[in-house]
Amino acid sequence: MNHGKDVDDSAALLEQVNQALHAATPLRIQGANSKAFLGRIVAGEILDTRTHRGIVHYDPTELVITARCGTPLAELLAVLDASQQMLPCEPPAFADDATVGGMVASGLSGPRRPWSGAVRDFVLGTRIITGHGKHLRFGGEVMKNVAGYDLSRLMAGSYGTLGVITEVSLKVLPRPRQCQSISLEMDSERALQRLVEWGQQPLPISAACHDGQRLHLRLEGGDGSVAAARDRLGGEILDGSYWADLNEQRLAFFDEDMPLWRLSVPNNAPPLDVNGTRLLDWGGAQRWLKSGEEAVLIRQAVSKVGGHATCYSHGLIDAPFHPLSPALLHYHRRLKQQFDPQGIFNPGRLYAEL
Amino acid sequence: MNILYDEQVDGALPDVDKTALLQALHNQWPALEILHQREDLAPYECDGLSACRTTPQLVVLPRHLDEVQGILRICHEMNVPVVARGAGTGLSGGALPLEKGVLLVMARFNNILHIDPAARTARVQPGVRNLAISQAAVPFGLYYAPDPSSQIACSIGGNVAENAGGVHCLKYGLTVHNLLKVEILTVEGEHLTLGSDALDSPGFDLLALFTGSEGLLGVITEITVKLLPRPQTAKVLLAAFDSVENAGRAVADIIAAGIIPGGLEMMDNLAIRAAEDFIHAGYPVDAEAILLCELDGVEADVHDDCIRVRQVLENAGASEVRQARDEAERVRFWAGRKNAFPAVGRLSPDYYCMDGTIPRRELPGVLQAIAQLSAEHGLRVANVFHAGDGNMHPLILFDANRPGELERAETLGGKILELCVKVGGSITGEHGVGREKINQMCAQFNSDELTLFHAVKTAFDPGGLLNPGKNIPTLHRCAEFGAMHIHAGQLPFPELERF
Repeated sequence: MNHGKDVDDSAALLEQVNQALHAATPLRIQGANSKAFLGRIVAGEILDTRTHRGIVHYDPTELVITARCGTPLAELLAVLDASQQMLPCEPPAFADDATVGGMVASGLSGPRRPWSGAVRDFVLGTRIITGHGKHLRFGGEVMKNVAGYDLSRLMAGSYGTLGVITEVSLKVLPRPRQCQSISLEMDSERALQRLVEWGQQPLPISAACHDGQRLHLRLEGGDGSVAAARDRLGGEILDGSYWADLNEQRLAFFDEDMPLWRLSVPNNAPPLDVNGTRLLDWGGAQRWLKSGEEAVLIRQAVSKVGGHATCYSHGLIDAPFHPLSPALLHYHRRLKQQFDPQGIFNPGRLYAEL
Repeated sequence: MNILYDEQVDGALPDVDKTALLQALHNQWPALEILHQREDLAPYECDGLSACRTTPQLVVLPRHLDEVQGILRICHEMNVPVVARGAGTGLSGGALPLEKGVLLVMARFNNILHIDPAARTARVQPGVRNLAISQAAVPFGLYYAPDPSSQIACSIGGNVAENAGGVHCLKYGLTVHNLLKVEILTVEGEHLTLGSDALDSPGFDLLALFTGSEGLLGVITEITVKLLPRPQTAKVLLAAFDSVENAGRAVADIIAAGIIPGGLEMMDNLAIRAAEDFIHAGYPVDAEAILLCELDGVEADVHDDCIRVRQVLENAGASEVRQARDEAERVRFWAGRKNAFPAVGRLSPDYYCMDGTIPRRELPGVLQAIAQLSAEHGLRVANVFHAGDGNMHPLILFDANRPGELERAETLGGKILELCVKVGGSITGEHGVGREKINQMCAQFNSDELTLFHAVKTAFDPGGLLNPGKNIPTLHRCAEFGAMHIHAGQLPFPELERF
């Protein structure tokens, strides 16, 4: 599985971290920089993970793939695809050259998330370089592993603030035999109602998005279940490329020149009382909002229903991630202090205090 | 090497003034039930790992959350270690008490607070039994997927603390995959909410960190789990093989055919005979191995997959493939597997259940090595295996009344776990480290990795008062453990590259 460019460059990464520790220089960890628009702006010397790349191990019958952080996500997906397998969490790339390390560090998941799980659910093991200049291994290549604390999953979505992820092992699954997408005309309130009803039934829904006029559904499973659901639900055939366009934010909705917010809410939360245009994904649990409203108003509305809001428009506000309660922030700082005592990894990327 | 808490290697524990502690607890919470007489403490001296026993200083049985908070605050103030316990069914000694500690029993928090069919969630107290959640969700056509074999008795708080598994993990995940939110109290009695009612929450994934942290980071006071729609149908195929290798190959072939069974279990000949003798499940007792493959989901898909799996099993050399004809037979097929532990227990006065995981491809080699170790130690080993996810449960048969047999069983168990690490697996798939596997942690992690684990503990519990001595060994213990191995003539796997 050598792609010519596969290199174990971990020694150089470790060396750069040790130099940064020695010189007390903050590091800005980046792969293809495809998710740089998320989070706060980080000042620091660039630590480029792309030199450390290649798939280390993949055995389709073990349902596990291990890759170095700089491996292009597209390359990993192509390798899985050749064995009719997939990453069920469908991480968005946001660029052709997005890396596996960035995918885990940002922890973003695609339309299948409510049914399959998030990136963190598929992380089985990681190797990380810590702020003590150590290259350590946690978890592994087995599905079940409860030895020690689950530091591998903790890395997912930590935006590089706890260490440099150098290698990850991910659980993978076979691609479903059958996949069909349909579109039904109904308003968003009705769509949320139907999704709640359908959610309690064993229907093979694997994506559900409402764009304001129509409910788009993806059905995945065996031939029988997909055909039966297709007959039962009716609607029009939808081109399957819709889901990648949604995931990569290529739909017209995302073009509108307004700040973009991601609202993560309980799937059955009522429509939020905030001005703006919206797109419901994840069967209602992830809602995209284009709105010029004040951050504080948006956050109040979303907190009221038990959710949180992330600003996807870079540099618009100082706290793009939803502020933590003082108690939680306290323990975040203590964890950060333990992993990165000198505060050299992506300082301030997640929160100003970390 | 003894696994009971040893202050020499596990760290000194503060001395407790029992009278002052009792007084302080009683003064603040006159109605709180506190056990402190020797005879009252006896039932609490062990959990499911009954070979290890320690009498706690006190047992507290709170009924209200403010009592739990108060107990934690008083213990923190008086520098008293606290071990939290649910139903006490854990197999790794995670709730083993400390002589110098308080045992905090959360079993009375056994209310299902809310089932929300629209959100497909259940909000429950930590003492609620695993199975009770699924039972309460029946009217809505929903259930809670993780099903450890102790599900009739084990509590959900313990499931979260141990990241419990079960026979359906390959398809439905472990506890960590089926949680939305937990409420915890820190060692100082401070309340934190981890996770949320949405599918994610801002900041670090502390919910994942706390799941499986074995009560070392906080005390769980409330849990919101995800519920799933009940599968429309479930069918079971039973295949007999005349070699373990062929059975192992069949498992890989099923996965290669793009099928993820709801359950995929393997048993070896000794386990088959024991189960058949006990349950009369209709197992072929001459087979070297059987596979039980459950396919669940929508009727039409399950039907198609049954045909595919039967083909795969036959191609892999199964001597016999049977599909359960009806629900009664399906339940019988499973009963043999689910009762494999007590069934093996009938062959021998005592048995010791291991919990290693391995990459599945290593199965034939590992089983061979286990057979060899079994012969060397003069103890029989029956093998039960969650084949889908690589989680082995070798059961070591011994007689504790025969001098030296328990020690031999423990040594053999330790070697099996080290073997799992050697082939790229883990010392525990679902039972947890607890006290039981504290020494084997030294084989799985190097001192820098263990140091980072201790650092995580320090972030939440700098004084080390929550369940000290469990989950993560001290470097001192690992040094002693390593020295013991060298003394016996060899390091554990010196050829292994350790980072």
